[in-house]
Amino acid sequence: MSDTPILHHGGTHEDDGFEPLEILTLPLDAWHRAKGGRMVEFAGYHMPVQYEGIMAEHLWTRENAGLFDVSHMGQLSITGEGVATALEALMPAAISDAPLNKARYSLLLNEEGGVLDDLMLTPQAADRIYMVVNGATKYDDVAHLVEHLPDDITLNMMEDHALLAVQGPKAVEAVARLVPGVAALTFMQAGAFEWNGHALWISRSGYTGEDGVEMSVPAEAAEAFADALVAQPEIKPIGLGARDSLRLEAGLPLYGHDLDPAITPVQADLGFALFKRRREAADFPGAARILAERENGPATKRVGLLVEGRQPVREGADVVDTTGAVVGRVTSGGFAPTVGAPIAMAYVPLADAAPGTVVTLSQRGKAHRATVTAMPFVPHRYFRGVK
Amino acid sequence: MSRYFTEDHEWIDVDGDTGTVGISDYAQGQLGDIVFVEVPDAGRSLSKGDEAAVVESVKAASDVYSPVSGNVLEGNPALTDEPALVNSDPEGDGWFFKITLSDASELDALMDETAYAAFVAKL
Repeated sequence: MSDTPILHHGGTHEDDGFEPLEILTLPLDAWHRAKGGRMVEFAGYHMPVQYEGIMAEHLWTRENAGLFDVSHMGQLSITGEGVATALEALMPAAISDAPLNKARYSLLLNEEGGVLDDLMLTPQAADRIYMVVNGATKYDDVAHLVEHLPDDITLNMMEDHALLAVQGPKAVEAVARLVPGVAALTFMQAGAFEWNGHALWISRSGYTGEDGVEMSVPAEAAEAFADALVAQPEIKPIGLGARDSLRLEAGLPLYGHDLDPAITPVQADLGFALFKRRREAADFPGAARILAERENGPATKRVGLLVEGRQPVREGADVVDTTGAVVGRVTSGGFAPTVGAPIAMAYVPLADAAPGTVVTLSQRGKAHRATVTAMPFVPHRYFRGVK
Repeated sequence: MSRYFTEDHEWIDVDGDTGTVGISDYAQGQLGDIVFVEVPDAGRSLSKGDEAAVVESVKAASDVYSPVSGNVLEGNPALTDEPALVNSDPEGDGWFFKITLSDASELDALMDETAYAAFVAKL
């Protein structure tokens, strides 16, 4: 029997043969091991891939609440006069006129309009932006930002902070017992809170499709806070394996897999990240190409697929036409525990991108039929406030 | 009946010239939740070390190699509907296929249960 890698290294480093010299440990490393987490190398760190099992952890999160350690991700504090306008030069979000404490999803773009990273940013003050970027790309992101931002903008990588997400329908109810006031946030709202005298920055967001929060915690308080969280009956520690199957069911792209520097936001079906003011000004990197694709349609587009049968079709499988020629590729795929069937994301020719279209996938010499379907595969349950 | 193991974590029970093949309890524990198993068709001829079956967990696909040469008698039909049998009873009802051995001397290179337990303990 041979094992294929459970989790990919991810990011652009895969392509240029990058090997970390040393696998680093994060603030909760010992905590995960004590809780029975199975540790793997991911984005240069030891990270828990699972505790009791991906299936059980996935379903627990959908019904209760899961604690995810995402401290491998990069937390940046970017400060200076005009920081919002300066960042707008590198991404298609409207930032300078954005409300404070409201998180936005955006994309770091190269000159050709390709995606260097996807990220969350939150204006905390007129001269301060908090940003969360992917772990596998964070040093490249910092290099890109340092190179392109004006000298009077300061970039602080918050390596003395852990990042914990609690996700699931009971997440906010449970966290609110420890952090009063957190329940008042609505989806994508953020704010400063406190636990046991430690400052927290909490955003009502996540990457599982569920309601929940992401919490930036000083490293020295991370273990005690994680203990307090899992002492709540609704909250169990959940590994990165279930985080990946949850985000796949939620239809959310994963950088290094569904997104990379050769893919534009329009191909990736992330048109919502192109803000109206920015489109009208056409003043973000790659704007000419991106706006032309938006107008005329991209050559290939990211779609969701329901795969027939029981066998998962995974990243790297080909999308083939009736002659067997390769016309696209699967970028994420696996068994969806909530759906109870294999699902995938793939890039397909625009003519095949409409829901209901049947496509053929080829994996290890075997053909699989799949049907293009609207995403998410499992409905989002974000809390957008009481109407 | 004797049971042998490979370093790739297959096991084979041998009764006369018939072998029953599966993956070890250690292997299923490493793989996690099994969601799909593809077993070989009856009549297929396999050489020792050939890819004989595919086992898929939630996250990964793995090949299962034939521990011996021979002709496949049957694949386990129960795994089609219930792949999780590999998790719940890996060294029993979760077997993958039965094979007629063409060269019983190939078993000499495999480990017995004691040797396999020692092998796994070092991993």
